[in-house]
Amino acid sequence: MTGIITYGAYIPRYRIKLEEIARVWGDNAQDITGGLGVREKSLPDLDEDTATIAVEAARFALARRTIDPEQIGAVYVGSESHPYAVKPTACTVGEAIGATPVMTAADYEFACKAGTAGIQACMGLVGAGMVPYGLAIGSDVAQGAPSDALEYTAAAGGAAFLIGQDDPIATIHRTASFTTDTPDFWRREGQNYPRHGGRFTGDPGYFKHVEGAANLMFEQTGKTAKDYDYAVFHQPNAKFPQRVAKTLGFTPEQIKPGLVVPTLGNTYSGASMIGLAATLDVAKPGDRVFVTSFGSGAGADSFDIEVTDAIESEAFRRSAAPTVRQLLANPIYVDYALYARHKGKIVMQ
Amino acid sequence: MSVPRFWRKIPQRYNLIGTQCTSCSRTFYPPRSFCPDCRRSGETVPYQFQGKGEVVTYTVIRSASDAFAQQTPFVLAIIRLDEGPRVTAQIVVENVNEARIGMRVRSVFRRIGAEGDSGAIYYGTKFVPDVPYIDA
Ligand SMILES: [Zn+2]
Repeated sequence: MTGIITYGAYIPRYRIKLEEIARVWGDNAQDITGGLGVREKSLPDLDEDTATIAVEAARFALARRTIDPEQIGAVYVGSESHPYAVKPTACTVGEAIGATPVMTAADYEFACKAGTAGIQACMGLVGAGMVPYGLAIGSDVAQGAPSDALEYTAAAGGAAFLIGQDDPIATIHRTASFTTDTPDFWRREGQNYPRHGGRFTGDPGYFKHVEGAANLMFEQTGKTAKDYDYAVFHQPNAKFPQRVAKTLGFTPEQIKPGLVVPTLGNTYSGASMIGLAATLDVAKPGDRVFVTSFGSGAGADSFDIEVTDAIESEAFRRSAAPTVRQLLANPIYVDYALYARHKGKIVMQ
Repeated sequence: MSVPRFWRKIPQRYNLIGTQCTSCSRTFYPPRSFCPDCRRSGETVPYQFQGKGEVVTYTVIRSASDAFAQQTPFVLAIIRLDEGPRVTAQIVVENVNEARIGMRVRSVFRRIGAEGDSGAIYYGTKFVPDVPYIDA
């Protein structure tokens, strides 16, 4: 069966508290953090970007399992903040893990769900027998314009999933997607920051698509929320995934391990994938995990995943790379001025 | 640094790939095609270093050329890799005062520099303190 062979996540060490951003723009900090359910968010070091985060996540994945990198026949990196407009991040990742040159590679873009689209592409290639392994990564150093609502949550991080058929730690039984042309979030060529349709886009965007893909999965599998041990949803804030989980019949306990947004922020393409990584960090053989990503523009990908005995076998060394919880621990807090420097918001002459 | 010059060195910069002498096992970084100990009898093959080592000495760079100006101040160190060779590389620390001789470090993948806003971006290996990850 096609599934996850190994996985890794990476989160930069720097954080800014939302109350510090609110202080600079004269917003009420309690209203902001309360409304979003987010207290702080990650930001990259001065020399970190989507490519370096993708490489670190991929290397952590490969640290957990002995894989010949030359058997990785496909590398896909999903992001809305690729370092180059033209020149694939996936090539840099492929080189940095020793998978080049006999591999196919491409960068994916689909707002926050480009990484899960990469998982689906790898499932197809692996399932068809075209490649032994495919590597799918979601990585972002998300941008929010100064004082824009997005600035409170746009964060940095990523996760990598190696997809294959040889003794997976988790089987992916099925994937289902729901996609429409919805202008809820966009960035035009040459613009530094994305724009969005405002706070009324939750229902026609996030909820319509996440529920659409999730219900499609329920229909196709004949399962309901009760059949799962854990669920992970795209988390642009803490409120949306909590609300959609409740609507779909999931309990707060089921989404708890994968709900990392309160101290991480929204890592866009990394968000649902880091949530899945955090869930696999604590999962046991036999656990069933429901995942639904969301990308504005708009679409959602659902996955029906079952953890296997391999996650506790000698072949898989979960402790050889940091857990998401460990990556979130011991952060370095910065003020808005340092944050602006790290995010390149200060124009140098 | 020119794009072609960087291009040729991508394997050694990204993955710490040097060489090892097949007769005496000595390792080299940057890679050498010839072992000075074994002379003609020593053939070398590619060798990937584990990326762990110790700081031999370091300096704090407070004023740098344009390509690195955004990153000052930073720590530039000579690191003895556990396999033997010494490399010169940047150590990424929260505060430059954290750098110490004898400090254990591990390699990470970072941006080395960029040619302005429109030129190439250069990636490569830097080092961070090798401290264990903790849970809370
Ligand atoms: Zn020799």
